[in-house]
Amino acid sequence: MTALTDTIALGRTREATARKGPSRNLDTLFRASAYGAALLVLLVLAGILGSILYGGWPAFREFGFGFLTSSAWNVGTEQYGALVAVMGTVASAFLALLIGVPVSLGIAVFLTQLCPGWARKPVAMTIELLAAVPSIIYGMWGLFVFAPLFARFVQIPVSNLVEGMPIVGTLFYARVPSGVGVLTAGIILAIMIVPFIASIARDMLDQIPTVLRESAYGIGCTTWEVVRHVLVPQAAVSIIGAIMLGLGRALGETMAVTFVVGNANRLSASIFDPSSTIASRIANEFNEADGLQLNALMALGCILFVITFVVLIIARLLTRRVQAA
Amino acid sequence: MDASNTIAATAQRRPGRLRRGRRVADRILRVGCTGATLVGALVLGSILLMLIIQGVRGFTPTMFTSPTPGPGSEGGGIANAILGSLVLTGIGIVVATPVGVMAGTFLAEYGRGSKLAALIRFLNDILLSAPSILIGLFVYTLMVRPMGTYSGWAGGVALAIIAVPVIVRTTEDMLRLVPGTLREAGAALGAPPSKVIMSVTWRAASAGIVTGIILALARIAGETAPLLFTALNNNSWFSADLMGGVANLPVMIYQFALSPYPNWQGLAWAGALLITATILALSIIARLVIKPQISR
Repeated sequence: MTALTDTIALGRTREATARKGPSRNLDTLFRASAYGAALLVLLVLAGILGSILYGGWPAFREFGFGFLTSSAWNVGTEQYGALVAVMGTVASAFLALLIGVPVSLGIAVFLTQLCPGWARKPVAMTIELLAAVPSIIYGMWGLFVFAPLFARFVQIPVSNLVEGMPIVGTLFYARVPSGVGVLTAGIILAIMIVPFIASIARDMLDQIPTVLRESAYGIGCTTWEVVRHVLVPQAAVSIIGAIMLGLGRALGETMAVTFVVGNANRLSASIFDPSSTIASRIANEFNEADGLQLNALMALGCILFVITFVVLIIARLLTRRVQAA
Repeated sequence: MDASNTIAATAQRRPGRLRRGRRVADRILRVGCTGATLVGALVLGSILLMLIIQGVRGFTPTMFTSPTPGPGSEGGGIANAILGSLVLTGIGIVVATPVGVMAGTFLAEYGRGSKLAALIRFLNDILLSAPSILIGLFVYTLMVRPMGTYSGWAGGVALAIIAVPVIVRTTEDMLRLVPGTLREAGAALGAPPSKVIMSVTWRAASAGIVTGIILALARIAGETAPLLFTALNNNSWFSADLMGGVANLPVMIYQFALSPYPNWQGLAWAGALLITATILALSIIARLVIKPQISR
């Protein structure tokens, strides 16, 4: 309705200004600069893709498809492969979702269903402030506060427990229980994506008509049943979109991960072992890199670009479709 | 065993009482959700506590007056990093504000219903959560490589690219909240569209647009990854020309926190406390100015 009147209004003003004089020039200039600024957004995105493709091309040409499947990363012999970094990125992001999604949905349900009215605003604000904390601070917290506790109370006992066991023994055994590793990175990432997923999920739950909820409570449903059978089916698609958005963040997160992932180029089955992610490797090596290593890092950037943008596009499509409906 | 069964059976038979399975599921949900929220609050508390305990020790007046010390030496401060951060975020926000506000204006005022605007809106949303390290690589290729040196300009541009999508999104959202009748009233007075937008729509949405700019400021003030390849760092005093590395808080914190020197680590903690306090204050101010649905 308002959109309609706006179009009419703008259409009219455009007709009304069909006159000569300085105001018309100003008008054209204003419109052109708005148009230009919007196009700039488009150009920046194209520029990002273009520049890392340009930078990474020599590495792709040198190693071909093998770049994706090789786990080598040797500056001396100039052999580079993306496998370890890609695996580390995917593994840490997956662990982040595994831990972060239940927590964020729990927070969203708490804020919309359980929280007493007076506490709603401060609690929501606390959670949102978690999103504002810079990622480097999460890195310091992870390395100096969380990792020592994690090593002492989780890694060492669990490693001792599972040592020698098949499968579990390889998955959960820490050769050097220093507290850093893929799982630590996953936990820190989980903390970082929780506020995003929680605040979108909360908005989605808030949008569900109260009548639906009240009628479910009216026939005697418990809170769990209302959540499970009324709220979740209503908001499922957009919540999946929110989760994908969190995944996009987790995949590209750099500083926090660089602090806690351990930065080792080793393919290990254990989630306690240090590894690398694409972003952490770029952050670590880029400034000292030269020649082919620089190209290889750019090529890693290309892979990260493709992965995160596919995830983000899906996320935006999912969240948008529901908002439009 | 028998007794508990009988109790369960009577509980089931009594009207108004829930079956145990339902009750337990409900209890688990309530406890789980409250627990999740508590964990979130605890983590924030733990981070703040860590920053305060570690940061206050290094928080001295000299911190604001002297530049970063050399490796292993005593004393010194982080004045050059503070100043550099102010300059870099300043450049970022000064570049990003006109571009972001104009692009948001285009999307909200001129681009309704157009395919191009829909595409730009969509890509802007994606850019909003794009990995900042990729933006660093982009600016490195665009500016640092051709110029042959790290520079404050490159750092500022990288931060601007991160700030623009935030401003575009808030500006558009806020302009859309302005009722169409206001625009019609302006147009009825014979004002051209640019005049209507500048003196009516922008003015009506000014609080929201300012919120967006503050949020963008909070977002870029702590960004580290893109600065690593663009502004890098510099241990000497800040000089007026922005060529060469420029000291800044995030990169200083990154390098000093991971260094083996206690003095450097102390300064890193002090810087971390300063930057987090600033950013949290900015976010709280932004939320008090207006209730935003936009910060993501």
